[in-house]
Amino acid sequence: MLSERGAEAMIVAGGTDLFPNMKRRQFEPKSLVSLRAIAELQRVTGDADSGLTIGAGVTLAQVSRPPVIAQSYPALARAAGDVSTSQLRNTGTIGGNLCLDTRCNYYNQTYHWRKSIGFCMKKDGDICLVAPGGSRCWAASSSDTAPVMIALGASVRLIGPRGERVIPVDELYRDDGKDHLTKAADEILTEILIPPANGLRSVYLKLRRRGSFDFPILGVAVALRLAGDGACAYAKVVLGAVGSRPVVVPQAESILIGNRITPESVESVAQAAARLAKPMDNTDSVLSYRKKMAHVFTARALKEAAGLP
Amino acid sequence: MTDELTLIGKPLPKVDALGKVTGETKYADDLAMPRMLHAKILGCHYPHARIKHIGTARAQALPGVVAIITGADLPVKYGNLPVSQDETGLAGDKGRFVGDPIAAVAAVDEETAERAIDLIDVEYEELPAFMSVEDVLTKEGEPIQDYGDQGNVHKMVALEFGDTESGFAAADYVREDTFFYQGNTHLPMEEHAVVAHYTADGKLTLWSSTQCPHYVHRALSKALAIAPSRVRIIATPVGGGFGGKSDPLPHEVAAAKLSMITGRPVKIALTREEVFYAHRGRHPVLMWAKTGVRKDGSITAMHFKTFLDGGAYGSYGVASTYYTGALQPVTYKVPTYKFEGMRAFTNKPACGPKRGHGTPQPRFGMEIQLDKIAEAIGISPVDIRRKFVVDENSYTVNHLRITSCALGECIDKVAAASGFNDKHRKLPFGKGVGLACSSYLSGAGLPIYWNNMPHTSVQIKIDRGGGVAVLCGSTDIGQGSNSVLAYTVAEVLGVSLDAIQLTVSDTDLTPIDLGSYSSRVTFMMGNAAIEAASKLKKLIMEAAAEKLQLPVEALAAKNNSIYCIDDERRSLTFAQAAQLAEAKHGGLGAMGSYTPPKLAGPFRGSGVGPSPAYSYSACVAQVDVDPETGEIKVEKIWIAHDCGRAINPLLVIGQTEGSVYMGLGEALMEEQDFRRNQHKIPSLLDYKSLTMMDMPEVETILVEPIDPEGPFGAKEAGQGPLLPVPPAVANAVYDAVGVRIDELPITADKVLKALALKAEGKEPRVGPKGVPSFVFPEPVRVEPHPQAPKLRGA
Ligand SMILES: Cc1cc2nc3c(=O)[nH]c(=O)nc-3n(C[C@H](O)[C@H](O)[C@H](O)COP(=O)(O)OP(=O)(O)OC[C@H]3O[C@@H](n4cnc5c(N)ncnc54)[C@H](O)[C@@H]3O)c2cc1C
Ligand code: SF4
Repeated sequence: MLSERGAEAMIVAGGTDLFPNMKRRQFEPKSLVSLRAIAELQRVTGDADSGLTIGAGVTLAQVSRPPVIAQSYPALARAAGDVSTSQLRNTGTIGGNLCLDTRCNYYNQTYHWRKSIGFCMKKDGDICLVAPGGSRCWAASSSDTAPVMIALGASVRLIGPRGERVIPVDELYRDDGKDHLTKAADEILTEILIPPANGLRSVYLKLRRRGSFDFPILGVAVALRLAGDGACAYAKVVLGAVGSRPVVVPQAESILIGNRITPESVESVAQAAARLAKPMDNTDSVLSYRKKMAHVFTARALKEAAGLP
Repeated sequence: MTDELTLIGKPLPKVDALGKVTGETKYADDLAMPRMLHAKILGCHYPHARIKHIGTARAQALPGVVAIITGADLPVKYGNLPVSQDETGLAGDKGRFVGDPIAAVAAVDEETAERAIDLIDVEYEELPAFMSVEDVLTKEGEPIQDYGDQGNVHKMVALEFGDTESGFAAADYVREDTFFYQGNTHLPMEEHAVVAHYTADGKLTLWSSTQCPHYVHRALSKALAIAPSRVRIIATPVGGGFGGKSDPLPHEVAAAKLSMITGRPVKIALTREEVFYAHRGRHPVLMWAKTGVRKDGSITAMHFKTFLDGGAYGSYGVASTYYTGALQPVTYKVPTYKFEGMRAFTNKPACGPKRGHGTPQPRFGMEIQLDKIAEAIGISPVDIRRKFVVDENSYTVNHLRITSCALGECIDKVAAASGFNDKHRKLPFGKGVGLACSSYLSGAGLPIYWNNMPHTSVQIKIDRGGGVAVLCGSTDIGQGSNSVLAYTVAEVLGVSLDAIQLTVSDTDLTPIDLGSYSSRVTFMMGNAAIEAASKLKKLIMEAAAEKLQLPVEALAAKNNSIYCIDDERRSLTFAQAAQLAEAKHGGLGAMGSYTPPKLAGPFRGSGVGPSPAYSYSACVAQVDVDPETGEIKVEKIWIAHDCGRAINPLLVIGQTEGSVYMGLGEALMEEQDFRRNQHKIPSLLDYKSLTMMDMPEVETILVEPIDPEGPFGAKEAGQGPLLPVPPAVANAVYDAVGVRIDELPITADKVLKALALKAEGKEPRVGPKGVPSFVFPEPVRVEPHPQAPKLRGA
């Protein structure tokens, strides 16, 4: 159906992102293809030792609760549990969360509002209102779970008319607010494959104004594995909501791996994270504040994961 | 009345609670009628633009479209205040803000109407936009309105009570500060909705979620040129108002006009974005305050300047301007006082009354300034307030009459409950407590349009079965006025609540009530209800006394029974007694009214501020500030509120907690924010207000002096407790980390910025740098009221 109807059709899972966007006429599909009836998409299989497979249709509430996730992949449980409100988590799916449209407060507005200010290139127009000089869209990747999935080294299975492929979550995204998914419109994300936990320590910290309801204006996902001698064997730091795709901080690997984690090395990685964070003036709060917080939150998340005070 | 009260003062459920929890209550948007049309409004696309042409042909051609109207169909100006007749429903000549209604389409369904809206072709000529008070004072261009004090300055006020110059000269310490209180909106859960039906007999009926059916009645009759007797306004149960539904609003006028044209019922239900445009919310106010005190902390003089950013229309703005200067002298003794205020028209949705109407802003400045003064002269924040609380039965320097006042007790209780003295300046870095107090009206003492008539009336009819029909124009907006009405009548007549049948807020059926604003309903409607019920009670008791062959004084009425106090077996049921009274007097009906005493002072502008009674609040906030992120967690709020007698303590606590909730939202995050000349965040997601997760524990302490004029001694609870919350939070943040955030909202980034200034050794403050050098007119000089606090030694 998807391939038949081409660009006029869209996939809907929980609809918590899609329907509000349709209401504001950011999306104007002629047909919707619902995934709700596909039982295979609703399962969580495997365990911490062999790795976990989460069906794309599993709700965020279901991701936030199981003991296996809470104990072995706590960052994922926390990120899923921090999405919006409980009503939304009961409906919204993990697949939808990974495919979530990028956000910008010049774009997530009604048709009348956008027409009044002048349409932007993400929909109906041809300039960017945030960075008018440039030629690209800077809308922010705002998924809570995407940075965590990348930090955990997870992959996704995509099935489409041209067959099936498995790609790392990291490769699902590109740095373009207008077209941030590398997945084709007629490809369905069916499941997420998370590698064995094997002693992984993971933390997710989310910056938002309120204790509920709000999208992240910064997310920091950290995953660490410490060897028996305390040296760091695996380190990933990924930032959410400060770029059009999740921002991987490569310095986490280069600085931390092979060494014991110290307050100094944490500070270096946090500085690198703040440099890489490119918040734009298109979400809640003040830009400079979000950048400063990238530093504070990265340091806090790393310390928590490493067990430093 | 016997001394012991049966219903008053008891924590009873609301009389309309069941309908609400079961979903039976029908709000305006729940109404549906045969042949009903749905209408949508087109908002202006520019902040300020002349409308050169509106082409409706393409929209008209859309199947399902029934009628289209524009400003040309609504030429008559109306407005709530007689001095601000500046609205027409749909703007005709020009649009004055992005979203300003300029056309409306009625169609067979909402979707068709919405599609038709986009097919309307508007030709605009852009005009310079004024987006702030600063713009108004510096920018050239065609004024937004064609009236006002000068250019885009809508209103200027300057008043001086006593000689402030000698007041400041007598002070040992004087300080000047500037503050900014950001604008914010009411955010009622129920978006405004209306159904209008103009029937073949030429009668227009409106079902609308309004707080003031009487004002809608007046405005519609004027705007549509229909005799008032041919207009009927029914206020449907209101899902929250907070002041946002007290103006007659454009969608009400548009729906009525569309129904007149089509002869069919027409519904308009605003979207959340449109509610942000309907607004009439809190004015952004820039202010300057100068206060002089003696060594002991007593105030010798106070001078306030306020600059209100009013938005595009007048609304209640003239009153709002006066209110930013009216109530400062009502809490602590102020012997000399000067006030200068101005309101500017700007190309934004109109500001108006929001919970506390014009008084939270100066209260924010005043209570922070007192905190700074207390520190500077080395006395405690408690003492600088507690020692100088106004006297009961006194007058303020600006001629406001004070009757009951238990602010002192409120301060004592809230300080004790919170352990303020053991915590202030003593908690570890990052934690702090702050104190602030306030007062508020129990009903505006003067009507909005000048007249000598009562502000409210209650009518009661008693049937042969003992049923008591109570009719009043008052409107329950969730605050519980229906319940207060029922408790009051039942208490006086000695009947149970299930005997009471209420009919409210219907301009055809119910006697006048001015509306649910200015915390007036309990006080005024309550007194009118007591009067009406007492008249009937007299007839019934006399008839019963005759039958029981006892003097009236020997009888009491309680629990649907009229009995001999000394021998309860000698009794009649209420219904029996009512029948006897009916046999004797004919049909049983009575009317009671309430008119406030004459309270206005001898000067122009004295109409704003007087109230038959003032409520008082004292609040302590305890916060935990993260010095690394600047994030503020409010840990607990203690609030003591002098509401007079609590008619129902549950409802008063509910109102108090709701006020704290709203006050915290204004303190910490709410912002009616504009970018590129239009509202930046007109949605529930992006306009930040507290969620349940952000709401701290609230400990409410009710202080209940019996007010001499209030019904059963009651005053108010709906608005006053909001006022002290924002300054208490600001003072607590200072106590926690030593930085002053002199503007709202107090956000994490501002706290961090101030902390960075502190680390650099600079003044640790974020707030406005100053106020414009605006020249106010010469102040009207008024002799202080003879019973006002005196300047000692002067
Ligand atoms: C008020 C509000 C607050 C929110 N807060 C947050 C938040 O804090 N954090 C956050 O991360 N998100 C938030 N969201 C966004 C969203 O609701 C969630 O991300 C949710 O997980 C989306 O899942 P869904 O199943 O509802 O997706 P849908 O709305 O059904 O779909 C979202 C997008 O993904 C596509 N899609 C869905 N499933 C698949 C699939 N299996 N294969 C391919 N494409 C697919 C759809 O075509 C659509 O483009 C919020 C949304 C709202 C309305
Ligand atoms: S970043 Fe620019 S182009 Fe992208 S949605 Fe925002 S305004 Fe539009």
